[in-house]
Amino acid sequence: MTRYFRELTVAFALLALLLVLAVIAPAFFEAQPLLSRLTREAPTLIVACGMALVIISRQIDISVGSLFGVCGVCAGLLAAEKWPVALVVPLSIGLGALLGAVNGALVAGLRQPSIVVTLATMVIAREGLRWQRQGAFVNLPDGLQWFGLSQRAGQFTLIGLALVILAALAWAMKNLAAGRFIHATGSDAEAARLAGIRPQLTTFAVFVFMGALTGLAAVMNLVQSPQVDPKSGAGLELKAIAAAVVGGVAVSGGRGHLWGVFTGVLLLACINPALTYLHVEAYWEKAIQGAIILLAVIADGLRTRRGCRGS
Amino acid sequence: MAALLQLTRVTKSFGAVRALKGVSFALESGEVHALLGENGAGKSTLIKIITGAHQPDGGQLEIGGEPVAHLTPAKARALGIACIYQQPALFSDLSVAENIALRLERTSPAHRVRWAQRHARARELLHRIGAEIDPAAEVRALSMPEQQLVEIACALGAGARIVIMDEPTASLTQKEQHLLFAVVRELRASGTGVIYISHRLDEIFALSDRITVLRDGETVGTNRVDEINEASLIKMMVGREVSAIYPPAESAPGDVVLSLKNVGCRASGVRDITLDVRAREIVGLAGLVGAGRTELARVLFGLTPADAGEISLRGQPVRISSPQSAVSHGIAYVPEDRRRHGVILEMPIAANMTMAIHDALFPGAWLRFSAEQILALDFIRDLAIKTAGPDAPGGSLSGGNQQKVALARWFATKPHVLILDEPTQGVDVGAKAEIHKIIRALAKDGLAVLMISSDLPEILGMSDRIAVLRAGTITATFDGKPDAHDVMAAALGQSAGKEAA
Repeated sequence: MTRYFRELTVAFALLALLLVLAVIAPAFFEAQPLLSRLTREAPTLIVACGMALVIISRQIDISVGSLFGVCGVCAGLLAAEKWPVALVVPLSIGLGALLGAVNGALVAGLRQPSIVVTLATMVIAREGLRWQRQGAFVNLPDGLQWFGLSQRAGQFTLIGLALVILAALAWAMKNLAAGRFIHATGSDAEAARLAGIRPQLTTFAVFVFMGALTGLAAVMNLVQSPQVDPKSGAGLELKAIAAAVVGGVAVSGGRGHLWGVFTGVLLLACINPALTYLHVEAYWEKAIQGAIILLAVIADGLRTRRGCRGS
Repeated sequence: MAALLQLTRVTKSFGAVRALKGVSFALESGEVHALLGENGAGKSTLIKIITGAHQPDGGQLEIGGEPVAHLTPAKARALGIACIYQQPALFSDLSVAENIALRLERTSPAHRVRWAQRHARARELLHRIGAEIDPAAEVRALSMPEQQLVEIACALGAGARIVIMDEPTASLTQKEQHLLFAVVRELRASGTGVIYISHRLDEIFALSDRITVLRDGETVGTNRVDEINEASLIKMMVGREVSAIYPPAESAPGDVVLSLKNVGCRASGVRDITLDVRAREIVGLAGLVGAGRTELARVLFGLTPADAGEISLRGQPVRISSPQSAVSHGIAYVPEDRRRHGVILEMPIAANMTMAIHDALFPGAWLRFSAEQILALDFIRDLAIKTAGPDAPGGSLSGGNQQKVALARWFATKPHVLILDEPTQGVDVGAKAEIHKIIRALAKDGLAVLMISSDLPEILGMSDRIAVLRAGTITATFDGKPDAHDVMAAALGQSAGKEAA
């Protein structure tokens, strides 16, 4: 019980928010708008899962928003050239993994701080894309939207895909040795090295995986609309980091559960509609998101301080 | 005249470990008082109490005849206590003058810096100790001894009446040592009291007026330097009963498992090591801190791979280039400083124990929790680990039990060679005896054990053979049960050691 205390707190906060919405704005739970809202969050969930792994291994990746944009535009251009979806999806994932590998090589190979490395790659990718596209949208062929399914079927597909990946990752983090290596590396890289684990290799792999998930998320975003906005990833990194931190992933590394990240994504996603229904101006959304992140970080800080005194 | 500094029956414990059991020590003005003792005798703790970094649990501390309670580092500095550590604590990006000013000036953030004054002050202080150092030089560009001289200049500038020097000559050349001695003598002449810590007996005899020997957190005695000779000093340092009963070796050693021929590693200062370790044998590595014992262990575990000589395992020459290759060759290393790197505190102890045997315990991709639980429960029972269960995080255990978890991780790899670095450091007496029993049982099972320890009775009690390291190489080896005096003398570089094969 105490082990998942942090995750349960977030779940209760989400539940409370949903109850408030149920009382004052039952319209929030109407099927179609709810489905659309959840579908829009599916790519965020995927990226946030990757971000959780990155943060658990005691790194950070702020380039995901830019990589998301690059993967989305490239996938869109290929699709516009009539490449089949079955090829576009793996290519986007591969491109993401490749860009993630650049981050990983710089962080793990050259041992540079990840915040600086990914800041640099974030700016390079974003400005490169701006120069290449001049802000122009990519028009997608008709058959691509919702993978050519009906809107409803497409939405269910995307949500289902996101949940399957979440569940698979949560299972893997617990049941695969790789998950343990990530936790060990984030807790104490030197101790991991002395135990015969390769912390640098682990870190590199985590960045590659983060990139691959970003590439997948970009396609999941792409199929929701008839066009790709090259700026579509702007701010995604903050959303992903926020969801992970709110969901109980410790910024100091080593600790976190993906189910917590799931509730984190949902909690942050509910704030905007809640504000709308409460007739608060939507401008407050970001400020309240920030406040929630601060609250989460302060709660973690107090917890670890108490822990130190106890031992 | 009241003593400059007087400690009376000072005690200090860290958890279950009693670092100081009642130390009395007096420093007169205008004297150099040497403090001598084995590693772990309590010297550092005593220094930390004098500088206000630790609070004593009991006893009295008087400075200049006044009892002082609740000494803090700031208060100690204000009372004229300065400490010069082995590793100078200077800001390497700032200039010498800025470093000195930071120590000596207490100003508001808006205060305007008078550069000319700062430089003149620094130049004057450096001149007084005879150091030719440019006040404008960046500390990064200075050598270690030059940095120490800057530290001394700071102490001088602060008007310190009590100067503590912790192994100041450890990294100095002959010429620099003489310069330092001149400075120390000058400090003494000006009425300053100097507490001088060193392992070099010749230095202590050349420089000090009185010598106090600490052992096991107690004062053994204080003598004037002309009343005592080296032999009786060494006897004071080691002359204790081997209080614990160590499990005896019951079987003859087997074949050579690990064989080193002229092994060296330039990066870590280990050179020309030749040593055989046989199955069912515990070889103790003795020596002072910094003699190269841990460095040798790190070479053997592939953390700083050897660049000279030959390492053989069971007759086969091997190259150990990384911890992974060491593990695959059947070498296990339980590092020193378990609190930092021995166990991962956030992870359950079961996961900690299986960390090094993933490939063997979990063939294929995924983990098998039932196998892991069985293994963890076995170790918890066999090693008598006190814990709530296999899922309790490593951080919830006491020091001795954490060490048992670290040991379990490596026993699980079923190694041929087990390297233990300070296996019982910071462990309470009961757990210590249990760990000794475990180590002996493992040796009996056929393991070749290499044990590093600063605890001389432990080395003497546990080892079948002892190799003494000094300055990165083996200077003496002893078969059987040698005299504590001889081992200590070899570690200190005295010729008294009987060289055995």
